[in-house]
Amino acid sequence: MTLFANSLRAGPDERGRFGSFGGRFVAETLVPLILEVEAAYRAARDDPGFQAELDRYLRDYVGRPSPLWLAERLSAALGGAKIYLKREDLNHTGAHKINSCLGQILLARRMGKTRIIAETGAGQHGVATATVCALFGLPCTIYMGAVDVERQKPNVFRMRLLGAEVRPVTSGSATLKDAMNEALRDWVAHVSDTYYLIGTVAGPHPYPMMVRDFQSVIGTETRAQILAAEGRLPDAALACVGGGSNAMGLFHTFLDDEAVRLIGVEAAGRGLDTHEHAASLERGRPGVLHGNRTYLLQSQDGQIEEAHSISAGLDYPGIGPEHAFLFESGRVTYVGVTDDEALAAFQLCTRTEGIIPALETAHALAYLTKLAPEIGPGGVIVVNLSGRGDKDIFTVARHLGAGAGLEELP
Amino acid sequence: MSRIAARFAALRAEGRGAFIPFLEAFDPDRATSQAILEGMPAAGADLIEIGMPFSDPMADGPIIQEAGQRALKAGATLAGVLAMVRAFRTHDAATPVILMGYLNPILAYGEARFCTDAAAAGVDGLIIVDLPPEEADLLAPDAARAGLDIIRLVAPTTDAKRLPHVLTGAGGFVYYVSITGITGTRSAAIADLAAAMPPIRRATDLPIAIGFGVKTPAQAAEAVGIADAAVVASALIETLAASLQDGRAGPDTVARVLDQVRAIARAIREARR
Repeated sequence: MTLFANSLRAGPDERGRFGSFGGRFVAETLVPLILEVEAAYRAARDDPGFQAELDRYLRDYVGRPSPLWLAERLSAALGGAKIYLKREDLNHTGAHKINSCLGQILLARRMGKTRIIAETGAGQHGVATATVCALFGLPCTIYMGAVDVERQKPNVFRMRLLGAEVRPVTSGSATLKDAMNEALRDWVAHVSDTYYLIGTVAGPHPYPMMVRDFQSVIGTETRAQILAAEGRLPDAALACVGGGSNAMGLFHTFLDDEAVRLIGVEAAGRGLDTHEHAASLERGRPGVLHGNRTYLLQSQDGQIEEAHSISAGLDYPGIGPEHAFLFESGRVTYVGVTDDEALAAFQLCTRTEGIIPALETAHALAYLTKLAPEIGPGGVIVVNLSGRGDKDIFTVARHLGAGAGLEELP
Repeated sequence: MSRIAARFAALRAEGRGAFIPFLEAFDPDRATSQAILEGMPAAGADLIEIGMPFSDPMADGPIIQEAGQRALKAGATLAGVLAMVRAFRTHDAATPVILMGYLNPILAYGEARFCTDAAAAGVDGLIIVDLPPEEADLLAPDAARAGLDIIRLVAPTTDAKRLPHVLTGAGGFVYYVSITGITGTRSAAIADLAAAMPPIRRATDLPIAIGFGVKTPAQAAEAVGIADAAVVASALIETLAASLQDGRAGPDTVARVLDQVRAIARAIREARR
């Protein structure tokens, strides 16, 4: 493979494209708004005061830098490659989502916006958004598919406690993609005062770039931490991919380091060759949805299909456009992990490290169980432990059923 | 001269505005929507806008979303929509037909093949909601080659500085989205609409149609008082939806929709320009 004539970190271009992916595929009403967001973001990025303010919140409110934990028992259990876990689960609110929420709400304030809207699937982004809105005293409305409202009740309650209005979305398939449609519809009807705080590296330009930039703190810290611990870069870096924000946050720093294998783990649900998965790259085709050109799960006729994953956070029929670009360029390898494999890895991590991972994260850990023996002793692997799994214990209990010791749970 | 240009020229000579009713193809089934389409010119439609169903219509309110869901359940495909137009053209060579929809089904069909097939079926123009000028080069060359007009949307958020950019490459007419919002929700104040027209008039010679929030005969008459055409969509679909029995076409579904088309067309014809 001959790569790196130019940096892979240079994207997107001025049209918001990563190769042929990305762009600004939104209705005319929204175009002036996203151009305004882009201009405001570029100005903020070049303003040292903005970065200093964000750094202060990340340090004193989120608790950054997050630790890079050498998981010795997990390493031993998997055959000897040294495994490091990037502990995004230790962030305030329990996942990486808060990194981008803080960056975006500071931007919204700079833009003079007085109302925040967001979409959420598992509720992690909704909780992080509701949290920063409480912190800054801004009203917020969270769109969530009615199906997800039902299966993620604890997070719905957390959002409401934080003062957010949670609006269940019943249109379409009543899941994350429909929540995103509904948030876009809200935005178009409240253009003057509202900021749309998108939770992942998708949507129209500049969101994929901006969310990636805010999440890149993960990779930047990881790089410094692994150099300090090992004196070298890792052999591989792993992350789960739904929309792909935690993965882009980890990968971006390493894109030009040819020796570092980058692996994104998609949700294979009940299997890649069933119709119940969320593997947009491995089983989808390029198309346009939610403002960007990317890989999508879709019918022959271009109708968007339902995704399936045990993890609500990966249950999305698309993926961020930069991942589509990195997939086609071959720089990042994308693999699938089934619901059952993720459940097994969820238990392995919990029992060996005393860390309950989010079911999303458990997909990355499941692939780790294959990769660690292959790389073997002397190797170094970093996994983005993108979120904690407290929100998932009821789902896991239901799947493990009798014998899990959790029969008493609702 | 294209059918769209010819129709607007003729109406200008008559001194009246145009009525553009909308129907969602295959809603609630192919035969019923074909019958509504066939009946529209006699009921007073000057141009016809046909919705191409999509699973994720992000600019549409609940009324058109549900129409799309019914249509997809009834087996709607782009090929099926084009077949409807082809059937319509066997006995109506003059009424312009505009397809309105979202980009992804067109990409799945193949954008070049779609433009060729649409033109051959008798389609005159395309309104692609999620294809703003910034991305128009994806479809514009194929549409131009096939002789299809790309009808551009102008919104209240489109400022004077942006207008020339939006209108570059525009054809047929300009579709003014009268509210910041989704289809079938609220209506614009007539004063706001009137104020929005002059900048567009200065930027283009194309006719202007007003859509989004035009529901009643009176509103349609007002719209053609300040613009060249009125698009009515959600109000007609609401009538259709109310006529359904267990989700299927009722005995009077076609008649009720066409009666409403007739009432709006009459108001437009009586409107003083």
